[in-house]
Amino acid sequence: MKPSDRVDRVPPSGIRRFFELAEEADDVISLGVGEPDFSAPWAAREAGITSLEQGRTSYTANRGRRELRERIQRKLREYDLEYSADDEIIVTTGVSEALDVGIRALVNPGDTVAVPDPSYVSYRPTVEFADAEPLAVPTSMDDEFRLSYETLQEAGAEDADALVMCYPNNPTGAIMPEDDLREVAEFARDHDVTVLSDEVYADLTYDGDHTSIASLEGMRERTVVFNGFSKAYAMTGMRLGYAAAPPEVVSAMNRVHQYTMLSAPTTAQYMAIEALDSCNADVEEMRREFDRRRNFVLARLEEIGLDCFTAKGAFYVFPESPWEDDGEFAEALLEEEGVAVVPGNVFGESGEGHLRMSYATGMEDLKEAMDRLDSFV
Amino acid sequence: MDKLHRDLVDLLSKDARQSTEDLARMTDSTAEEVEEAIDELEEDGVLLGYQAVVDWTEVTDDHVEAYVEVNVALDRETDYTDVSERIQSYPEVQRLTLVSGNYDFGLVIQGDSMNEVSRFVSDKIAVIPEITQTVTHFVMETYKDRGVEFGDGDDDERLSVSP
Repeated sequence: MKPSDRVDRVPPSGIRRFFELAEEADDVISLGVGEPDFSAPWAAREAGITSLEQGRTSYTANRGRRELRERIQRKLREYDLEYSADDEIIVTTGVSEALDVGIRALVNPGDTVAVPDPSYVSYRPTVEFADAEPLAVPTSMDDEFRLSYETLQEAGAEDADALVMCYPNNPTGAIMPEDDLREVAEFARDHDVTVLSDEVYADLTYDGDHTSIASLEGMRERTVVFNGFSKAYAMTGMRLGYAAAPPEVVSAMNRVHQYTMLSAPTTAQYMAIEALDSCNADVEEMRREFDRRRNFVLARLEEIGLDCFTAKGAFYVFPESPWEDDGEFAEALLEEEGVAVVPGNVFGESGEGHLRMSYATGMEDLKEAMDRLDSFV
Repeated sequence: MDKLHRDLVDLLSKDARQSTEDLARMTDSTAEEVEEAIDELEEDGVLLGYQAVVDWTEVTDDHVEAYVEVNVALDRETDYTDVSERIQSYPEVQRLTLVSGNYDFGLVIQGDSMNEVSRFVSDKIAVIPEITQTVTHFVMETYKDRGVEFGDGDDDERLSVSP
């Protein structure tokens, strides 16, 4: 059998190759991991176990359990967002599904979707699987990998139908303060661009609170907010996310979701209810630990002499590669010193010459990895 | 307490062996500032000591720990502090706390054998005039101590590289 043209034109993820190299090597310390090294808070795990003991293994409502949507409604108020649990929130199988469904619900074949570059590896393929065209919007370390009116304009995004963005950002650790978001909002309003805002790292900011673009004037009606439990609640494997948007958008998304996914995993939904009810202190404790590691890694990179802007969100730093070819450097670092990092080029052309280092790794390993990097450079 | 002092208390209460340089990196400050702050915390009686969490079963078969509940009867001339002073000076007493509930003092006693700990309680603690009753619980197994879980711990099952 022959794969469809749709699949054929999307190359496999560049991360895959690095994963295979790292798996083969011995005694590897990995700074290549895109998920927390903590487990989900025990209270959430206990709630999942209890739900299983009670035999709660059936489907839920398409949009997710009502109690969960009500808690998400409450959670979103922390970001000055007001969405109704009735018809403006949908619970999905991770943010990944929400984004896929969101794009398929809002984007027509042949439409253009602007995607900042570098960005999380899934955005472009998700756009392409919807038979739309991704348009790279280059960002750079000089601008701390933020978007601006100008960068969007220079990339030709005024003709784009939608913009997919993620701040706090994977892979760079960049955030968009409110002033910068205002520029993007103005651009979106001026050129009638729909914004798909992946805010899954919202609770992992280290220099002030997260601002959602949907909270800015005139943006609620043109924004879909995506968030989930993977990062802040350390529940990646539970696959649970959600989207919030005006009713007609959630209704359209639910049309795709009900036929393709039916409902998000039930156990995970019970865990998420408990997570939102009682796990704020756990999240804050993890955030503080990440902050210390971030300080540590940034300080070590400076001592080692690698240029790096001060990443203020997520759990990544994105320093310049000591060698021009980031792929070659990452491979050599893995072979010679047993430290795995992800070369910036797998996140897009503008990521070339950089390395993504995740500090979602225990302090002892981070220290050792930085020492090895130091002796290698 | 300012942020640096507070952060250092948190960090040292979890791991007191970290180097001054690493503590400085983690708190976005200089080694001198950390050194100075720790000195202040020690002088002010905030940081009283630094100890290891030990799994004694890996060290010797002769290590016994017991919780002892102690009831006291006070009078006009004698208060809790007077009694605590007579208890706390024994090196066998690892921990001494005044608690609410059915008894007054909670003690943690360590020794080389059950016999030794029993004798210590009966000969040294129970004979103190204000003490009316003692109840001794020998520890049979320790699963977690000062936030540290005992045992081998879980392996990191995450993929070594992921998006």
